[in-house]
Formats: sequence, C-alpha cells, structure tokens
Amino acid sequence: MIYRVVVEVTLREGISDPEGATIERALPALGFTAVSAVTAGRLFRMSVEADDDEGALATGRRLAERLLANPVIEDAKVRLEQRVG
Amino acid sequence: MNRVAVVVFPGSNCEYDALEALRSVGATAELVWHTNDDLSDFGGVVLPGGFAHGDYLRPGALARFSPVMGAVTRLAEGGGAVLGICNGFQILTEAGLLPGALQKNRGLTFLCQPTTVVVTSRASVLTSKAALGQELVVPINHFSGSYVCDDATYGALVAGDRIVLRYRDNPNGSRDDIAGVANERGNVVGLMPHPERASSLLLGSQDGRVLLESFAAAASSNHLAA
Repeated sequence: MIYRVVVEVTLREGISDPEGATIERALPALGFTAVSAVTAGRLFRMSVEADDDEGALATGRRLAERLLANPVIEDAKVRLEQRVG
Repeated sequence: MNRVAVVVFPGSNCEYDALEALRSVGATAELVWHTNDDLSDFGGVVLPGGFAHGDYLRPGALARFSPVMGAVTRLAEGGGAVLGICNGFQILTEAGLLPGALQKNRGLTFLCQPTTVVVTSRASVLTSKAALGQELVVPINHFSGSYVCDDATYGALVAGDRIVLRYRDNPNGSRDDIAGVANERGNVVGLMPHPERASSLLLGSQDGRVLLESFAAAASSNHLAA
C-alpha cells in the first residue's frame, strides 16, 4: 500500500529560533497583536510504500533521523496524512 | 604525504581561493571532486566554503553523503589534517566529525565583513603556529554561522581546550563567541571565518596565513598518525 507520510521538523526547545522571532516581530505592524510564541519549522510530505501504518511511519522516522532533521538542534514528528492506494 | 586535497562539491565556490592560499604558504594542494572516495595519497583535506549541493535542506546536510566524506572520515581517523571552512565547517558538523551545529545567524542577517578572531587554543592543526591570545582579522561570509551545542558538548569543548578561535565581537550569536572548534585529537578543525581570504595584503589582510601555515605543516607531517 502507498501511504502519504508527513514529517514535521522543528527546532528543539532551547535552541534559538531567529526565523520565528523575526516573523513575530513583524506581526504587530500587520495588526496581529494577539499572537505570540511563533516558531518556524519545515514540513515534508512523501509517498511511502509499506505493508501497514506502522511500516510507513517507521520509514518516515528513519528518514527523519538520518536526513531530514539534525538531531543536534531539531526534533522531528512523523504522521500519516492519508492512504493513497 | 604532504599533499592537501581541496574538495569540490557541486556548489562549492571558495575552492580556488583555498587552493591558491594553501599554495602560497608552500603546500602542495590540488582540487578533488566530491565523488572521489580515496584520499589515501593526501596528508590533509580542506572542505572549502560555498553552497555544497545548493545548501538544500540544511547547509551540509546533503554534502555529508557525498562519496568523498567516507575518505575524509578515514583520513581523520588516521590522524590526517582535516579543515572545514565556513560551508566546510557546516559539513563537518553534519557528518558528525565535529560536535554542535551551525544555526541561522542571530537577527537572520547575512554577514559579509572582516571580523577579529582571537586564538584561544593552540592545540589544533589550524592554530599550532599561532600565539595564544593573538588577534587575527579574517573575513566572515555566512548566513548560518551561529554555533550551537548542548551543555555537555560545551563542557567537553572547554575541558578539552577545543575552542580554537573566538570572535572578539560576536557577530552572529554563536555560543560563547565560538568561531572555530576542534575534535578531541585536534586534527579536525572547523571555522566560519575564511582564512584563505586573508592570505595576502592585496586582500586587505594576511592574518589568515598563520592558520594556513599551521594546517599545511600538520598535513605534511601527519603528526598524529599511528
């Protein structure tokens, strides 16, 4: 079966996030005064062939650990979006 | 084995500067394409600045899987001299040959300017000929140069005298003003400033020469080899 796997990569807690901070600083000028604690990250979507949900997730996790995230500064969350076929 | 390899990745752009600067301090240096997986004829290797593999994903994230990186790792394990400059430093951290990571600069500012760095350890192939406390004017040219690491790593760097260069005026938010670090043996070093761009008075500074001279000497002696 083919699964649509989503990997979200975000900075680990305590690692400075200049991108999130810069976005947050721009918000008041746009009228968004009730928004705070903005963080920035990256999202990857991919199709994965696997026998079951767990297999697809495991592939996503391995890929995240090996390439998509740098474990020194980033965390990765892996989830299934949908089964394609 | 006094030859120094300067690795060219797709997207490297400082390889000729590094090559010429190394030659100007007497090293026998040559360019090596990143698909080369054998550096056994070399005493040292330089990963130059630029945007290896387009810096896609993260700087260095894809370059660490280039075939040459296995050879770089073997050279490092054998005591050879390994130097990563700017993008090369990012590649060495991604490859796990140096600890920590290079995060986007504080303030998200691309920095291209001369900086003053202070030699804070001589226990490395890059700084052995410099004086402790010596101030060097060397340019930086980076967007992701803010050095980060966890407390345990930082403690190990300090205890092992492995922080080889610090910025006098921290330009990018690096932890403890760190501009360059070494591995435990001191034969693998990474730094964000570009010593090759400070290798001639024509370029405005030749303060980088002492660093390149140290490296060239280490590459030719391979002094740590078993």
